[in-house]
Amino acid sequence: MEKIITAHKLTKRFGDFTAVNQISFAIQKGEIFGFLGANGAGKTTAMRMLCGLSMPSSGEATVAGFDIYRENEKIKRSIGYMSQKFSLYDDLTVKENMRFYGGIYGMTDTFIRDKTASILEQLHLEKEGDKLVGSLPLGWKQKLAFSVAIFHDPPIVFLDEPTGGVDPVTRREFWSMIYQASAAGITIFVTTHYMDEAEYCNRVSIMVDGRIEALDTPAQLKQTYQAKSMDGVFLKLARKATRAAD
Amino acid sequence: MRTLKFLLQKEFRQIFRDPAILRIIFIMPVIQLLVLPWAADYETKNIKLAVVDHDHSAYTRQLLNKITASGYFILNEYGSSYRQSLQQVENDKADLILEIPAHFEKDLVKEEKATLFMAINAINGVKANLGGSYLQKIIQDYNSEVRTEWIQFPRFSPETQIAVTSSNWFNPLMNYKYFMVPGILVILLTMVGTNLTAINIVKEKEIGTIEQINVTPIHKYTFILGKLLPFWLLGMIVLTLGLLIAYLFYGILPLGSFFTIYVFAAIYLFAVLGLGLLVSTYASNQQQAMLLSFFLMMIFILLGGLYTSIDSMPEWAQWITRFNPVSYFIEVMRMVVLKGSTLSDIRNYLYIMMGFALFFNGWAVISYRKRS
Repeated sequence: MEKIITAHKLTKRFGDFTAVNQISFAIQKGEIFGFLGANGAGKTTAMRMLCGLSMPSSGEATVAGFDIYRENEKIKRSIGYMSQKFSLYDDLTVKENMRFYGGIYGMTDTFIRDKTASILEQLHLEKEGDKLVGSLPLGWKQKLAFSVAIFHDPPIVFLDEPTGGVDPVTRREFWSMIYQASAAGITIFVTTHYMDEAEYCNRVSIMVDGRIEALDTPAQLKQTYQAKSMDGVFLKLARKATRAAD
Repeated sequence: MRTLKFLLQKEFRQIFRDPAILRIIFIMPVIQLLVLPWAADYETKNIKLAVVDHDHSAYTRQLLNKITASGYFILNEYGSSYRQSLQQVENDKADLILEIPAHFEKDLVKEEKATLFMAINAINGVKANLGGSYLQKIIQDYNSEVRTEWIQFPRFSPETQIAVTSSNWFNPLMNYKYFMVPGILVILLTMVGTNLTAINIVKEKEIGTIEQINVTPIHKYTFILGKLLPFWLLGMIVLTLGLLIAYLFYGILPLGSFFTIYVFAAIYLFAVLGLGLLVSTYASNQQQAMLLSFFLMMIFILLGGLYTSIDSMPEWAQWITRFNPVSYFIEVMRMVVLKGSTLSDIRNYLYIMMGFALFFNGWAVISYRKRS
């Protein structure tokens, strides 16, 4: 299998504080990779380095075959990103948001029109296309944000706690969207707090205090740590944490 | 270029959907230009005068008539106790005390010499200064009147008198509005340029959309241009609105050409927009951006020559004004509006302003990073 993301001893320091401490991993193309860890474990920082938003202090990494130091602008063409903060414009309509993000990725007008129509149909939001995003409920917004993140059909999408604050039904729908994207060949890199979501991933890594403590399939991890669920695995590992949550 | 189109489209949609911004852009200039020029008037009037008269003679009555007839003074108190008048000053009921000694008339007639005493409330420096000199001038006038009354043949006058008459070039009636309105317009343009840009970008930081944009392959120059152009255009609209108000309400038509004003304003706006951009790269939330631009505006206004003449500032302060883009535009505005200066007259100012625009935008572009 082709490796689409690799990291080797990737490190980020903020002054004396080492947020991400020499993490190494490789992600296969088409994989759903779960990036787990307590608050403040360094998940978001690691993800921001891979997306070209944060400059690593040391170590190496490639995303879609591009080096994260020298080719970070090329990486940006190949990835979609959905941040922890909701990042669509509340004062633009659903369609206008899609047009804007599609436009700055250099998509053609026809592509934008067709894609917008198909997303609205998929989300059953045909009637809401001309409504301001700010007027939609949170669950819809999150699903919309995900659709916008993969609007330009990137090979990889990074999702930073995409289901935070969302009800269980919407979370389930959200994950079915993730499966659809994965089936279409998009590699998914997702951070989450919900251990039931970890079960949906092909492989998960668990970060504790800036280091990756475990990395395997959910089934293997449960066996190794003799736990009934991913919850148990997480609790066993996270208990070792000495760093305070942010 | 295509990316820029999408950015501009989005920016204009947001601007025209935000009633607060529209109100700021259209109502602020109207209110400021209609109200401020009347208040920001250098002419000191309504100076409250307390007179302590120990003489009660015909001459004192003549003098007082002359003082009150000037229109600058209001006789608030007429008494014969200095202490009582001082109390009026303490209660802010009088700005000036004029004490007329006993035997004023007698001294003036017999000894050809009399002394008057003037006490000035200097809490309001401008009022005290001007009030004092107005009063002195009136008393001098009165003095020479008295002289001519006695000395029938002026050619035998023991003292030569030099009379100075003056005419005010470029603003013959010394109408302060001609002087203030162009200046206030500059301040308005500066506020639109700096504050709106800074707040707009910092707002994107706050809601997190800037990160979503940083993760796209968009070039940072394109992004910055997409932010500057809409506000540049808004600035030009505000300028047009301001010039229209200046004409309709104050009858101010620039002696020079509108073209000169617009050319300078076009470059000036890029300079202040660059400054706004710079503020936004250093501020992490809207409060910080507001405070920083407020601080800058204070310096710009007080060290910009709007209210006080730069030539009368201490040398070090004059040096600071050279780094203040506002001071150049205020001067250019006044030159074009009052003196009819042309593009070639303001050439040097134009170059300096281009320098400011390059400096601020260059610095902002360097300090704006897509990756932290």
